[in-house]
Amino acid sequence: MTGWWVLLRGHLRRDRWMVLLWVLGGTVLYWSQAVSLEGLYEDQAALDRSAATMASNAALIAMAGPARALDTIGGNTFWQISAFAVILVGLMSMFLVGRHTRAEEESGRDELLRSTAVNRHAPLLAGLSVALIANLVLGVLVALSLTSVPLAAADSWGAGLGLTGAGWFFSGVALVAAQLTRSTRAMYGIVGAAIGVAYVLRAIGDVGAPALSWLSPIGWYQAMHPWSGLRWWPLLLLVTGGAALVCGAVALFHRRDIGSGLWAATAGPAAASVGLTRGLPIALGLAWRLQRGAVIGWTIGLLLMGFSYGTLGDSVGDVIGDRGLDLFGVDPNDVIDGFYAVAIVMLALTASGFGVSSAIRPHGEEASGRVEDLLATGLTRQGWLLGHTLVTIAGSVLVVAVAGFGLGLGYATTTGDWGAVLRLGVPALAYVAPVLLLSSIARLLYGLRQDLVQIAWVPLALAVVVLILAEPLQLPAWIRGLSPFEHMALAPAEEFRLTPVLVLLATAGASSGLGHVAFRERDIG
Amino acid sequence: MTTTPVIETRGLVKTFGAFRALDALDLTVGAGEVHGFLGPNGAGKSTTIRILLGLLRKDTGRVTLLGGDPWRQAAELHRRLAYVPGEVNLWPNLTGGETIDLLGRLRGGLDPARREELIGRFELDPTKRGRSYSKGNRQKVALVAALASDVELLLLDEPTSGLDPLMEEVFQEYVERFRANGGSVLLSSHILAEVERLCDRVSIIRAGRVVESGTLADLRHLTRTSVEAELAGPPDGLAELAGVHDLHVTGNQARFQVESNAIDAALGALHRAGVRTLVSQPPTLEELFLRHYGDTVRADEGES
Repeated sequence: MTGWWVLLRGHLRRDRWMVLLWVLGGTVLYWSQAVSLEGLYEDQAALDRSAATMASNAALIAMAGPARALDTIGGNTFWQISAFAVILVGLMSMFLVGRHTRAEEESGRDELLRSTAVNRHAPLLAGLSVALIANLVLGVLVALSLTSVPLAAADSWGAGLGLTGAGWFFSGVALVAAQLTRSTRAMYGIVGAAIGVAYVLRAIGDVGAPALSWLSPIGWYQAMHPWSGLRWWPLLLLVTGGAALVCGAVALFHRRDIGSGLWAATAGPAAASVGLTRGLPIALGLAWRLQRGAVIGWTIGLLLMGFSYGTLGDSVGDVIGDRGLDLFGVDPNDVIDGFYAVAIVMLALTASGFGVSSAIRPHGEEASGRVEDLLATGLTRQGWLLGHTLVTIAGSVLVVAVAGFGLGLGYATTTGDWGAVLRLGVPALAYVAPVLLLSSIARLLYGLRQDLVQIAWVPLALAVVVLILAEPLQLPAWIRGLSPFEHMALAPAEEFRLTPVLVLLATAGASSGLGHVAFRERDIG
Repeated sequence: MTTTPVIETRGLVKTFGAFRALDALDLTVGAGEVHGFLGPNGAGKSTTIRILLGLLRKDTGRVTLLGGDPWRQAAELHRRLAYVPGEVNLWPNLTGGETIDLLGRLRGGLDPARREELIGRFELDPTKRGRSYSKGNRQKVALVAALASDVELLLLDEPTSGLDPLMEEVFQEYVERFRANGGSVLLSSHILAEVERLCDRVSIIRAGRVVESGTLADLRHLTRTSVEAELAGPPDGLAELAGVHDLHVTGNQARFQVESNAIDAALGALHRAGVRTLVSQPPTLEELFLRHYGDTVRADEGES
């Protein structure tokens, strides 16, 4: 296959840090869970008690998978992590395959490559190979890390290589999706939907209709039963399924033209709607039109995330174990309120992902050069940026609100306590303040210089690290203080305090205002 | 020129770090004129246009656009002009028609009848999404949006680099119509036939400076005419004339180049020898520009 090896080497070189991060992330996910379970329960009796409550909680089973051997460290780890690990390898495979096939084609670089002496299939298979290799490395590392805990070797290899198989399956899905559409974003949409369907099928299947779990690659992986009677044959389903998808993708590839997808692009309106140019101030209308997909996606995602946390109901006290709450520094007397207070912080941190990415969106418009066409019209710089700022602010309020009320709604569905919708939803609203602060930092950086803008992810990463590691690592107070979330009252476990909310909002306003002023003074492009 | 110029820069300087993109640039575009803006790649044409649009901030020098300050009054002035970049990027999920309306609305309104007419003449499908247009079609979207706007000034930065000759013809027709209605145009272009047909005056820019500015006739005047003649006898005295270059005499045949101010004297010398046939060619635009572009190459080589 002429060119395959050269391309693959180039890809691996370009991707080495990205693949390393994904692979380490996946490995740490499994390994840290196993290690922390070892420390979490004082004795086998405590683990048995926790296992019994977990195994009887349908919401947890729907979230994680069929409850098997939860009274063992290995079985419990696999149960808690496996479904999410498959989502992770699915996304990794999607990005790796998409980046080297559809994205290259969309940018036109693929055409340049194909004009050289490479085999027709080489670009396709080189992209696929990167994903296959990354999944294999991840599987081996998971197996080795679990063996080192120490857990039974054969089962560790089952969990690791099974994950590789699941990753290979989704690499096949991604390769098929890459043949269908013209745009990379649409391709990611298809693969994301496939991962979602796989997750939901096994969720419903595990709770009451086992046949459905057998339609899901996540179900096949979990059917390998590591630490509870390991069997290898479901791995064959994953590998042959993946191979069949790759063959299908190659067949589809033969039926389409380079640069286009199998699905034709749809036509749109010949003239702008009133909403785009008249109804709202025009800059706001355009910013909304460009960001509306992201706003809708994050809203649905956070609603579901909040709802799933809420469905844990009152059983959370049993589930997290005796020492679990110490990790979050919560008074064990308020186990349930404490859990939901921390859940609100986790939801708000996730919502910050929207806030920061939305505040960074103007950078994409500038990098592509489109903003020049706009600023060469009667639109002012301030007006243009303000349109995006307003969408970011309104979107942030929306995603935080649906996360909080989703949490309350989930709780109410499980417990029948409908007062929880307000009891959990209202305190969550206060977290709009730290979310807006993080996004305003992105705006300040963008206003100063557009190439600084990616630094805006650092404060968010820091906030995540502080939340997860502050207690276990005994981080000093000044580091914790760098996370805006640390200054909030942990409502509903603690009394609500207004002052930090106002201070954070004022800081966010100042930072955002400075960003706007700086943007007025700098060169564009 | 009686009216105030629509564009005027004096000693305009813009640096990017150590690189001096504009080095005391003087450019004047009169009202109602189509002004060609020529120069090799990287000479500073786009930088100039982006300063005129208030996208970049000048370091020093003076710049007026439509009588105002392009940095401070950017949005206000932009309602009176339309800009077409050489590299048009469209929003992937907006259709061409939506983009035209959006840009037109932001400029202060489109002429709907002209919008329809232009879409028809340019054979543009306005229902396609931005991501599925070819380079030429993306260019057409920007051109329709600009030409359908009611503005006084067009800033065109290589606007036809992706158009086919038929569409190029349509473009030229509308620019001429725009000028006939009193509009002014700054046209940066590498398509010399387009410049020759449309431009009243041209400025040639090199390494951030305007090195030549005037009508095409003025510029021609600065360069040499090539002459080929068959004579009755040997051309005496031709070689001694100042302004005659590259003289080749083979028997009674003479071939040479002559500067504009020496044409009369050279023809006199030929006439004395007795002219049988005479072919004279004015410098082509290519020769005109290559002289300036070529100088850059030599200057760069000299510096390094």
